[in-house]
Amino acid sequence: MAQVNWTYTDKVKEHFMNPKNILMDEENYQEDGKGVAGNVKCGDEMLVVIKVDKKKAIITDCKWKTFGCASAIASTSALSEMVKGMKLDDAYNLSAKDINKELGGLPDHKIHCSVLGDKALRIAINDYYTRNGMEDKVKKEEERVVCKCMNVTDQEIEHAVLEGARTFYELQEMTKVGTGCGECQEEVTQLLETYKQKHFCQV
Amino acid sequence: MPERIIYMDNNATTPIHPEVKKAMIDAIGVFGNPSSLHGPGREARQLVEAAREKVASFIGASPEEVMFVGSGSEANNTILNALTCQRMGCAYHREGLNKIVTTTIEHPCVLETSKCLQEKGVDVSYLDVDIHGKIDTEQLKEVTTDNTGLVSVMMANNEIGTIQDIKTIAEIVHQRGALFHTDAVQAVGKIPVIVQELGVDFLTLSGHKIYGPKGIGALYVRKGAPFCPLIRGGHQERGRRAGTENTLGIIGLGKAIEMRSQEMEAEEKRLLELKAALRKGIEQKIPDVKFIGHPTDCLPGTLNASFDGAEGEAIILYLDLEGISVSTGSACASGSLDPSHVILATGLPAECAHGSIRISLGRENTREEVEYMIDTLPLVIGKIRDMSTVYKRRQ
Repeated sequence: MAQVNWTYTDKVKEHFMNPKNILMDEENYQEDGKGVAGNVKCGDEMLVVIKVDKKKAIITDCKWKTFGCASAIASTSALSEMVKGMKLDDAYNLSAKDINKELGGLPDHKIHCSVLGDKALRIAINDYYTRNGMEDKVKKEEERVVCKCMNVTDQEIEHAVLEGARTFYELQEMTKVGTGCGECQEEVTQLLETYKQKHFCQV
Repeated sequence: MPERIIYMDNNATTPIHPEVKKAMIDAIGVFGNPSSLHGPGREARQLVEAAREKVASFIGASPEEVMFVGSGSEANNTILNALTCQRMGCAYHREGLNKIVTTTIEHPCVLETSKCLQEKGVDVSYLDVDIHGKIDTEQLKEVTTDNTGLVSVMMANNEIGTIQDIKTIAEIVHQRGALFHTDAVQAVGKIPVIVQELGVDFLTLSGHKIYGPKGIGALYVRKGAPFCPLIRGGHQERGRRAGTENTLGIIGLGKAIEMRSQEMEAEEKRLLELKAALRKGIEQKIPDVKFIGHPTDCLPGTLNASFDGAEGEAIILYLDLEGISVSTGSACASGSLDPSHVILATGLPAECAHGSIRISLGRENTREEVEYMIDTLPLVIGKIRDMSTVYKRRQ
């Protein structure tokens, strides 16, 4: 058979074939923070655990488990390598785009797989703060209602963009946003551009 | 890529049969238009009609009941769309028949077309299936009302292999005065399909599922059944499908069918044995596996298995790295982010669809390949389960 390219980039393939830092059941890992994101029904769930150098506020170790596809496995594996030695604040600000860049790019319909890893990491960091009496440092990702008529939040819009919505009309089809009074159209259009930029601009 | 490819995805498509390849290479120079009256035209016509006879005889039809189409999807689209023809005088235009009955487990070409017809005002009922993928004939009796023009039920399911009792279904449909179509793309050439015995009005088959070329299929239209073309503008196929015939594809399909008539019976038995060995091997070596589909009324080569805590796309890509080709019902591999509609229709949870793989064996698969699969799959599932947030190993 002729040489055929693999489905994903070499970097994704490498992480998929030899995933780094898997959390094994039997190792009795003593983590400082733990986060879970996604759910099995949707086909993706990730668990991220971290160890933290408390004095330096640096992540010293990161392990994970993932139920999910090749992109999900590769994303969590890459993330676990990226955050080792990283300051908590910097790690918190890691985005799916950073992971995507590290992997050399995922196909558009796979970007949402890489979103869960950084989300689980942020939950793990917040968990670390909570466990160590630093609740003031916990950053909340609050939802905000953008479309009051149909009660659609910014997070729902972001989710719809990740699921493939690229135009205002596609957003309307998926979320019903702006189908009432229509006053939110301008803000929704801006959010659409922001999320498209955040997740899908060329890496 | 690994040096050796073990192809176990024969429900997706099949490798071309060496005899089909030979027949097509021999015929590649045939260029005449079968509609032309001169020599080159007559040569092409002769080959097309010889292929039609082979297809017809294989399914127990007469040649004029068989028309060639570009794909199974085209055949299914043709039959479903015909119902909505509003042209006065159209054989299919029958006042008051504005309902279609189909099932929740059809191929997307039937489901999407039905959805589209619904938007045009056609009443569509979808029959549910049980845990094994069988429809309920009582429900069929209930929903096939006086205004039903067409019932379309697939003969064998592409994902889980379940075979419906088409004969009984056709009888019920005819008692209620409706026409009956079956999408038999996965059935023809794998199990005996004789149109008179089944009593169907329309039947779809495809070339590339039975070791023939892609881009060619056939539609059986019972003599006397009303018909309305999807593609107009030519007298080809007795005015039923415009467009110059795909001579080479038709020759390939004819040869593929001829080979099926010689090989199918023995192969059916062999595939059943291979599948039984595969299933047994998987059961013995991998805990927490569920087999999906009907235990007996199932295509001989089709085995659908779901592994707790493992995601299907990851399974097929690890298998791919080992040179094994299978497919999955997981959302992540579908492009649409939706898990298999067929597995969900059986009432199994989404997790089950995400963790499912379809192994479909074919004429080239050997016992040795099945053994390799039995050795490889446990390693792949074990590796994925070690990583999984969901799977807890039993101590």
